[in-house]
Amino acid sequence: MSIWEYANPKKFMQTSAWALPWVLGLTLICLVVGLTWGFLFTPDDFKQGSTVKIIYIHVPAAMMAINAWGMMLVTSLIWIVRRHHVSALAAKAAAPVGLTFTLIALVTGALWGQPMWGTWWAWDPRLTSFLILTLFYFGYMALWSAIEDPDTAADLTSILCLVGSVFAGLSRYAVLFWNQGLHQGASLSLDKKENVSDVFWIPLVICIAGFVLLFLTMVLLRTRTEIRARRLKALLARERVA
Amino acid sequence: MQLVLNNLAVARGGVTVLQGLTLSLSPGRALILRGPNGSGKTTLLRTLAGLQPPAAGSYDLPADSVAYAAHVDGLKSTLTVAENLRFWAEIYGGPGMDLALQSLDLEALAHRRAGELSAGQKRRLGLARLLVTGRPVWLLDEPTVSLDVASVALFAGVVRQHLADGGLAMIATHVDLGLPEAEVLDLEPHRARLIARDGFDEAFA
Amino acid sequence: MPPAGVSGQEEAAGPEEVGGQGMKTLLIRDLRLAMRAGGGFGLGLAFFFLLAVLVPLGVGPEGGVLARIAPGILWVGALLSCLLSLDRLFALDHEDGSLDLLATAPIPLEAVVVAKALAHWLVTGLPLTLVAPILALFLNLPQAGYVWLVVSLLLGTPALSVIGAFGAALTVGLRRGGLLLSLLVLPLYVPTLIFGAEVIRRGSEAMALATPLALLAAISLGAVALLPFAAAAAIRVNLR
Repeated sequence: MSIWEYANPKKFMQTSAWALPWVLGLTLICLVVGLTWGFLFTPDDFKQGSTVKIIYIHVPAAMMAINAWGMMLVTSLIWIVRRHHVSALAAKAAAPVGLTFTLIALVTGALWGQPMWGTWWAWDPRLTSFLILTLFYFGYMALWSAIEDPDTAADLTSILCLVGSVFAGLSRYAVLFWNQGLHQGASLSLDKKENVSDVFWIPLVICIAGFVLLFLTMVLLRTRTEIRARRLKALLARERVA
Repeated sequence: MQLVLNNLAVARGGVTVLQGLTLSLSPGRALILRGPNGSGKTTLLRTLAGLQPPAAGSYDLPADSVAYAAHVDGLKSTLTVAENLRFWAEIYGGPGMDLALQSLDLEALAHRRAGELSAGQKRRLGLARLLVTGRPVWLLDEPTVSLDVASVALFAGVVRQHLADGGLAMIATHVDLGLPEAEVLDLEPHRARLIARDGFDEAFA
Repeated sequence: MPPAGVSGQEEAAGPEEVGGQGMKTLLIRDLRLAMRAGGGFGLGLAFFFLLAVLVPLGVGPEGGVLARIAPGILWVGALLSCLLSLDRLFALDHEDGSLDLLATAPIPLEAVVVAKALAHWLVTGLPLTLVAPILALFLNLPQAGYVWLVVSLLLGTPALSVIGAFGAALTVGLRRGGLLLSLLVLPLYVPTLIFGAEVIRRGSEAMALATPLALLAAISLGAVALLPFAAAAAIRVNLR
């Protein structure tokens, strides 16, 4: 039993059909528990008041915005090396989801920043990095939609994703260099738990799990759609020749 | 030096158009491809030129031996005839262009800009490019489009000379080139009808 | 008139020699095409010039403000001027069939990319670098910034051409690739822009600028060394 077996579209469709309800259920549980706990049963921050509660959406969305790109990078590499269609289609499916998370992170950041910093937008390194990340997502998705032949599109977007990842990393570094910024440090890390106290930390972790599962659900769903669309294309091509 | 096709199949836009092509072509021989529009003549020539991978099967060709001539001639309209030819001669590291100019009757036009040539003259220049590549295997896609009768005869002479020098040629054409010694391959029996591949067959496996 | 100096006498050249010779030949052809009528030489420069004139008209004539934004304006201008001619880089050769022929020629596609990017730089990046000090006058760039303006453009514009060549390679098969090309290339220009403008800014304020300068050079070198491979791969995919 090799893991690559799941890269077969048929096998993937079977497995994902079985897994989807479970993943969706877990997503709902995590999000409902995490968000309810976070919004209703945690104390207000002594400095930031109740606005701090946006953290339960902002932080997980921001994490998934980056992780989605990471997943696209991995699946693009798999497509280039092993030519599994599911991999390329999963990368295609993940892009709009990643973009949405990026936009959520930006909007919730603005909502949080307004009362905190007194401005909706600041050219802070983190905010700027996320703004640049949206540009990369836009370019990637635009390239997918501009090319008619699906395999050509998969090849070219994979190359773009690889090169783009390098430049996105460089941009992140460049932006740090360019402006030191207002944004607080990372909200959670394993060794520096004092950043966020336990009361906030546990519901936050549940929310993060919920967002990871939400991402998984969306990508599974969208990959299934992409596989069906691709299969339809293949069928139409057969019809034309026959 | 031999061109060998081994159960070759070629695909255009992900759909296999020709399959089961097995043949070998030795030096001094020419093969004329015949088939209706869309039968995959261009696709076959592009595959053999190395511009796209075969859909199945294989072909055997010595490395760097192909000169390909497509529908468009790769000419820059602001460069003169001589500049265009010299460019390709240097890129391919082939022989000088004097013979090429002479063979296709372009000497008088050598210093004209390619953009000022007539369609037929442009085509002759495109074919002269084959001579400056110095390559033995010619893959020609409708080489006689927009050529008049005299020019077709001129071109047939060039091909015959190429074959006599130990070259070989594969030519897709609808026109009678006046090369009775060339073999003719009808592509009709090789057209892929039932099994279309578009690289997504694993979804149906 | 066939120009002197280029003659095809290298009959028995080895493959590497053909590659090197091929790059030179291609470079000379591209430069000649750029200089001839309709080659588009000077359009980027004119755009750069217009930008440097229009910005003060929009921002207002106050010298202090202009001096502060001059490094950024000049770099953004250079970036956009480079972008103008990028969509022709491979598209013209693709249309007239030259790209197919180059792909079957003994010269590796990677070398084709390098030669064409170099030609693009010689036709846009280098002239931009040379006229930038004149335009910097309009923008009241502080005295100390001039040297660094030229240095940073000289180091950074090669990256713009190579990154642009990569974007052009991705979009070469598309009919209306121009707009998509800018969408793909501009985000990739971000690090070059930041470090390039930072060098001038620090230079004009007489601050230490070794770090951004080194990083700018590193991006250029890295892009020139690696991106031709990605671009050649993209062209191969597009020719299929």
